[in-house]
Amino acid sequence: MKKQRISILLVLLIILTTVVTGCGEKKPSINVYNWGDYIDREILEDFEKEYGIKVKYDTFATNEDLYVKIKQGGSSFDVIFPSDYMIERMIREDLLTKIDKANIPNLTKVEDRFLNLAYDPNNEYSVPYMWGTVGILYNKSMISEKIDGWEDLWNEKYKGQIFMLDSQRDTLAVALKKLGYSMNTRNTDELEAAKVELIKQKPLVDAYLGDEIKDAMVSGDGAIAVVWSGDAVEMMRQNSDLEYVIPKEGTNLWFDAMVIPKSAKNKEGAEAFINFLSRPDIAAKNAEYIGYSIPIPEGVNMLSNELKDNPVAYPTDEEMGDVEIFKDPMDIIQVYDRIWTEIKSEE
Amino acid sequence: MNMKKTAYPYVIWMIIFTVVPLLLVMYYAFTTGDGLELSSFEFSLDSFKRFFTPIYMKVLLRSIQLAFISTIACLVLGYPIAYIISKEKPRKRNTMILMFVIPMWMNFLLRTYAWLTLLGKNGLINYIVTKLGFQPLNIIYNDTAVLLGMVYNFLPFMVLPIFSTLTKMDKGLIEASEDLGANKLTTFMKVVFPLSLPGVITGITMVFIPAVSTFVISNLLGGNKTNLIGNLVEQQFRYTGDWHFGSSMSIILMVLILITMGLTSKFDKEKDGGGRGLW
Repeated sequence: MKKQRISILLVLLIILTTVVTGCGEKKPSINVYNWGDYIDREILEDFEKEYGIKVKYDTFATNEDLYVKIKQGGSSFDVIFPSDYMIERMIREDLLTKIDKANIPNLTKVEDRFLNLAYDPNNEYSVPYMWGTVGILYNKSMISEKIDGWEDLWNEKYKGQIFMLDSQRDTLAVALKKLGYSMNTRNTDELEAAKVELIKQKPLVDAYLGDEIKDAMVSGDGAIAVVWSGDAVEMMRQNSDLEYVIPKEGTNLWFDAMVIPKSAKNKEGAEAFINFLSRPDIAAKNAEYIGYSIPIPEGVNMLSNELKDNPVAYPTDEEMGDVEIFKDPMDIIQVYDRIWTEIKSEE
Repeated sequence: MNMKKTAYPYVIWMIIFTVVPLLLVMYYAFTTGDGLELSSFEFSLDSFKRFFTPIYMKVLLRSIQLAFISTIACLVLGYPIAYIISKEKPRKRNTMILMFVIPMWMNFLLRTYAWLTLLGKNGLINYIVTKLGFQPLNIIYNDTAVLLGMVYNFLPFMVLPIFSTLTKMDKGLIEASEDLGANKLTTFMKVVFPLSLPGVITGITMVFIPAVSTFVISNLLGGNKTNLIGNLVEQQFRYTGDWHFGSSMSIILMVLILITMGLTSKFDKEKDGGGRGLW
C-alpha cells in the first residue's frame, strides 16, 4: 500500500515539474495570432535573429473565430491581425490596449490614406498590415462569358463550380451588394432578403471554403469564386487562366491591422514585432511572398515590377469603383449571427 | 462505497475533467447572458426554444440520418471483414488486424484531408475514371463524400469489437452445432452471430456516436455546405460565441446518444443475460 502511494506521489511530482519548468522559459517570446497563410515564415526567423525574441505563431480562419478566442480569454496573444470592423468592435468592447507610437517609428512610413480611418480614428490601437478588395476570380478556360457582377455567381450555368467564402460578413456582403443594399445595413428586412438570396444560391455552390479556395481554383476544381485580392494575386501567379474582377455593383475595401490585446504579456516585444513588420524592406519581402497589398509606399517601391504594376494588388480609385468599408454591426450582431447560422443550416 | 485509496486520483481526475465540465455545459445550456461572469447569467430556456424550430430540427434529423446510414454501412462491411479475419490462423490474423489498425496511427485530420485529394474533381479517382473514358464523378462536397469519410474513419471501430468477440468465442460450441447436424449457415445464424452480438452492439455504439457528432468530416468533405449538428455546435463556440445555444445543443446531442446507448444495451441484455458487452 505504502509503495503504491509513493509511486503515485512520484508520478504527480514528475507531472508538476514538467509543467512548471515548461512555463519558465528564459528567452523572451511573443505569441502571434494571424490569418492562415498570411506571412512569409522567413520573416519570423529574421525577427528572432534580430531581436532575440522567440515568435510563437498560430493561425485563425475568420475574424469571428479570432474574436471568440480573444473574448473568451484563456489564451494570451501579444499581436493579432483583425480586420477593420473587428478592430472597431474590439476597441468598443475594451479588448485592446493602446500602442505606444514612440516604439513604432515605422508608423510614419504608412501612407496617409491608410491612417486615421473610422475604425480607429487616431490609430491609437492599430497599425495597418495589409489591405485589399473582395472580388470574383474566374477561370477563363472554363467560362467564356464576360464576368462583371456579383449576380454572375447566381448563374445556373456554373452550378457546382462556384466557391463562396466561408465567412459571415464577406458572404453576406456579396448578397447585399447584389441586391443593391449597403453591406453595412442595419435593416433586418434587407438582411433577411440577403439570406433568401444566399439560400437560393446554395444549390449552385460547390462549397464554402476558406484558404482551400486557393488550391481548388488553381487546380481547376472550380470555375468561379469569391476571393480576397491578395489571394487572387497569388492564384493568378500559379494559373494564368485565372482572372480577377471587381464587380460593378461595388465591393468591400478592407484593412487588416496589427493590434495588441489587453491580455498581452509582452507588450514591448509585440511593439517591436509590429515595427519590424512595418519596416519597408520587410513589408516588401512579405508582400512579395503572400501577394497581398502593403500600405507602405517605400515598401511598394521595392516590389518587383510585376507585382507593383499589378492592378489586382494596387488598383487605382477608378478601378476599385464604388467601395465600402465594413462597420461593426454593434447591437444587431445577433441578427447577423442568426442569419448566417440559418443560411448554413439550410439544405 | 468500498473504494481503494489508489482510486482517488482517478476520482479527482474525473471530477475535474468530466463532472465539472458537464455541469458547466448544463449551466450554460439553461441560462442566457452576455460576457464571462458566470453569476450574471439568468435562467432561461430560450436556446432550447430556438433549437426546436424547423430549421434546426432538420439539421438534427439529417445528422441522425447520415450517422444511421454510415453505421449500417460499417456493419455490413465490417462484419464480414471481422469474420474472415477471425477465421485465419493466429499469425496471419494478427498481421491482418495490424494492417487495419496502422492507418489509425496517422492523424485523423490528415487522413480526411487525404480524401480531399482523392475525391476532388481533378483528384485521383476522377483521373482514373476519366482515363477509362467515363464521365467524371461528382463525389466531393456532398453527402456521398461525407458518408465515405465517415465509413472510412469509423470502420475500424466496428471491425475490432466484432473481431474480438469472434475470436474469444468457444470453438466447442461451433463443433457441437456441427456434430448435431446443423449446416454452416444454421451454425452461423443460430450460434456464431448471436454470440457475437455484444461485439456488434459495441461496434454500433462506437460508430454511431462519433458519426452523429462529427463536424470535421462534414466541414472538409462536405465543403461546409452540409451542416450537421456537430457543425452547429462548433459554429456557436468558435465563430458566433453563443455558448448558451451551443451548450443546449450539446445537451440535446448527449441525451440523444444516451437514448441510443440505452436502447442498444437493453437489446444486449435481453440477448445474453447482460454484462457481456465490451464496455
